[in-house]
Amino acid sequence: MTNRFADSPGIDVAKPVHFQFDNRTYLGYLGDTLASALLANNVRLIGRSFKYHRPRGIFSDGSDEPNALVTVLREGHPEPNTRATEIEIYDGLKAWSQNAWPSLRFDLLAVNDWLSKFLTAGFYYKTFMWPARFWEALYEPMIRRAAGLGRLSDTPDPSVYDKGYLHPDVLVIGAGMAGLVCSLQLAKAGQAVVLVDEHARFGGRLLFSANATRRPWLDTLVEEVSKHPNIQRLIRTVVFGSYDHGVYGAVTRNTEHQAADPGVLPKQTYWTISARQTILATGALTRSIAFPNNDRPGIMTMSAIEAYAVYYGALKGASVALLISHEEGRRTALRLHALGVDIKAVIDTRSDVLSLTEFPYFTGSQVVNTAGRLGLTRIRVRLSDGAFQWINADYLGVSGGFNPTIQLTCHQGAKPQWDASIEAFRAADNRPGDQRCIGGADGAFGLGACWQSAIHAAEAILGQSLDLANPFNESEPIALQSQYVVDGHGPTFVDMQNDVTTKDIQLSHQEGMSSVEHVKRYTTLGMATDQGKHSNVLGLASLAQATGQSIAETGTTLSRPPYTGVSIGALAGHYRDLDFKPTRLTPSHQAATARHASFVEVGNWLRAQWFPMPHEKHWRETVDREVIAVRRNVGVCDVTTLGKIDVQGEDAAAFLNHVYANGFLKLPVGKTRYGLMLREDGIVMDDGTAARLSETQFVVTTTTANAVPVYRHMEYVRQCLCPKMDVHLISTTEAWAQFAVAGPRSRELIARLVACDVSNEIFPFMACAEIHLKNGIRARLFRISFSGELAFEIAVPTRVGNAFFEYLLEVGKDLEVTPYGTEALSVLRIEKGHAAGAELNGQTTAKQLGLERMVSQTKDSIGRVLAGRDALQNDTTCLVGLKPVTLSDPLVAGAHLVGLGKPIDAAHDLGHVTSVAYSPHCQSMIGLAYLKEGASYQGERVRAVSLLDHQDIEVHVVSPHSVDPDGERLRV
Amino acid sequence: MLERPDGMQADALQKMTEYAYQRDNLRGLHRELWFHEQGDRAWLVVTRNTVTHEIVKVEFADEVACHD
Repeated sequence: MTNRFADSPGIDVAKPVHFQFDNRTYLGYLGDTLASALLANNVRLIGRSFKYHRPRGIFSDGSDEPNALVTVLREGHPEPNTRATEIEIYDGLKAWSQNAWPSLRFDLLAVNDWLSKFLTAGFYYKTFMWPARFWEALYEPMIRRAAGLGRLSDTPDPSVYDKGYLHPDVLVIGAGMAGLVCSLQLAKAGQAVVLVDEHARFGGRLLFSANATRRPWLDTLVEEVSKHPNIQRLIRTVVFGSYDHGVYGAVTRNTEHQAADPGVLPKQTYWTISARQTILATGALTRSIAFPNNDRPGIMTMSAIEAYAVYYGALKGASVALLISHEEGRRTALRLHALGVDIKAVIDTRSDVLSLTEFPYFTGSQVVNTAGRLGLTRIRVRLSDGAFQWINADYLGVSGGFNPTIQLTCHQGAKPQWDASIEAFRAADNRPGDQRCIGGADGAFGLGACWQSAIHAAEAILGQSLDLANPFNESEPIALQSQYVVDGHGPTFVDMQNDVTTKDIQLSHQEGMSSVEHVKRYTTLGMATDQGKHSNVLGLASLAQATGQSIAETGTTLSRPPYTGVSIGALAGHYRDLDFKPTRLTPSHQAATARHASFVEVGNWLRAQWFPMPHEKHWRETVDREVIAVRRNVGVCDVTTLGKIDVQGEDAAAFLNHVYANGFLKLPVGKTRYGLMLREDGIVMDDGTAARLSETQFVVTTTTANAVPVYRHMEYVRQCLCPKMDVHLISTTEAWAQFAVAGPRSRELIARLVACDVSNEIFPFMACAEIHLKNGIRARLFRISFSGELAFEIAVPTRVGNAFFEYLLEVGKDLEVTPYGTEALSVLRIEKGHAAGAELNGQTTAKQLGLERMVSQTKDSIGRVLAGRDALQNDTTCLVGLKPVTLSDPLVAGAHLVGLGKPIDAAHDLGHVTSVAYSPHCQSMIGLAYLKEGASYQGERVRAVSLLDHQDIEVHVVSPHSVDPDGERLRV
Repeated sequence: MLERPDGMQADALQKMTEYAYQRDNLRGLHRELWFHEQGDRAWLVVTRNTVTHEIVKVEFADEVACHD
């Protein structure tokens, strides 16, 4: 084993792992992250920066990583912008660096670095403004190629994602020492706890920093937590967002640490966690210091140095320097020294502290520059006496303070407050009431303070004292004297991922951006995928320096979800492709499939569109045949998808009388009536029929598209407006399979099926009845027609729908019965001039439809009053029919109507075509349209213009009723 | 939304216009109608704080409408 310290707890040296980075194979060990394994192999250069293409390495040891983003190939699918610090390696892992061409070590666009003087904040805004047309054609593609991180794959994500829901008493976020202690006490008291941590193991920072005496204590604690039945544990899980009413979003990475998906577990699980109480034991991140050239590979946070050395055993043989401003930095240096790390120097920015003798220790000093083209070689130190000294080092660990991880407290709008006592932002008092911060997240930085805050929180939730003795009685002062920005020569980065320097922030201030929110947007500070975890406070400090204000006065921007990026796949879960929404099949679906029907999506429904015969070459041939069959003989169409609402009660008629614009009080039993439903604002909501089956029962039908909204509306009227009426509603759309049987021979066919008299005398137009089929099955029969022909609709229980459809076609063979689909249905209704979805588009009035007289003025109904508004009454638009002057001309829906010889512009727009069809009856295309002054254009010509289809044809304005305008066929 | 004016009164047009279009956009406690569509299809009067999104009270709309 090379390059590893002995007995490193994070890796299993008995289990070597081979992986590839940029096509070179390296050796790591089980437990390694890609970052730790690369560091152990002396690979420090991982990628190029976003804007200047500067060489970058590993900066942190977790999800806060701004620099080390790589593309991982998994199941042939490249996943860009994955943090090397979070990727657990496995045999065969393949990862690539990003944003470098032709190679990572020699990147041509590094020229941007030399040009960085010009590429400051707002450069793009200022430079690529003129000429405007160059933006889309030249500048934007050029900038997009040059800037950016990894590239997205254009192929579908092959992975499986799932969703889950959890409802704990307490959600504990973070399984560091504080989270573990708190969870255990809550669980012991009977609380159901969900304990979440983004790492592969519980233990938090203590895993990385524990010495030999504390490790057994931690191991025992983790063991106890792991065995407690009241604690549900989620590792590799990030809580990314906090939402109203104690709801949290989290994502678990189930399989990405393994070579292949085992097939049982989804790659990621998206959790919705609804908790009574939430503990944020999210710890704190080491805050960096902004000094010139602070971005070279090898410069990282002090905590990262410790994690890689202590936990993963990397950095053996490397020379390390530390830049610190607090006592925890001193303790870290001593721990690293004890481990055997070669500490070249500790630069302590504080003056009033004692030096150490174990290694060179410089008090009151600063790092003012660094050297090393592709990785750190030397740091330049300004000593307390003002002298400068270069010190050789491969790594520099930096910590100028600590930032409590409190993003989740901000997601609902509570702005963090600067707390001078910890020199950091703390969760606001007006954060969501269910949230408590403990440990580092609450600014309790020492182990003793951390333990105490965990116990306090548990006691507060349980409402009782636990009376426990603090196992950490030693005093661990922090003695922080925060250091933020060091001036000097060279770019001084505050946001590594978006390449924002102190100079950018000063410039934006000079240019008038005084608010932190403006500076953020102008410089893109904190807007990268790391969401400003490291850059935010340094940027604020830099702005505070420029404005001469304190950080508290400067304020902070608000952290928003997600805490770390969430893949679209996880958000989608199973709901993709065919599972994106449910598919509703009609009762006759099987029979239609057997007849090779073509299907069309209508909302969630899949409806038969037409039924092609083997010899038919084009769908129009099929549809024309189906239409002619209905007009000449008889056709059958599944119309189950139309909404059916059963209305029952003593006040059923009165209720419908209120919901519909036309009257229903006097509708006799056994009769059906066309009903027009308005919205309260007077616009047509829907149309349909209501059949009175008894004094106290009606069956209402709606259009397919409006089945749900109409039902919702009727429930609203019933519960909110007519609560005292005796009426009840139920949707029976799926209970009854309903078929239109239409055509001159429809009565003959129906008579063969039903056990009742359906003659015109007994069962005239608009009759309805509950009947039985000859075989005893109950059915409902309506003599209504959408096609304009003699027609019936017959409903049978859904379970027999498919068989009944087959039976209809079998029994009617000699009548030449023909199944027809939605397309023929549409042609028939356009020929007849019936309005449908395209006409009832939420802007239509009864007057426009020519149904004004249906709106009864003798009763109060929904929408009647506002339908009478001047604006609606003075409108002259009405529904007309169109027929091309040249019969062979095509007519397209959406075309606009323009007067002959008039210019094609909005001022001369007369209306638009809503529906078109080829009419076998007219032997041409026909259309329905809304036309201004429509009544005065009857018999005139206008133009139908569709610029999209390059069409401009002359059309006759005709009656919408191309077939049987007087309705004689309906009544035979 | 629950107090629909009588459409047959002389001033119905003015009252109905106010009823349909005029809404107070309150800061603080707000009573609004929710529809439990995926559940028992009850219309509910929900009292919600528009600042904090806290749900203060939930009542059945038909019961509220009966008492009003």
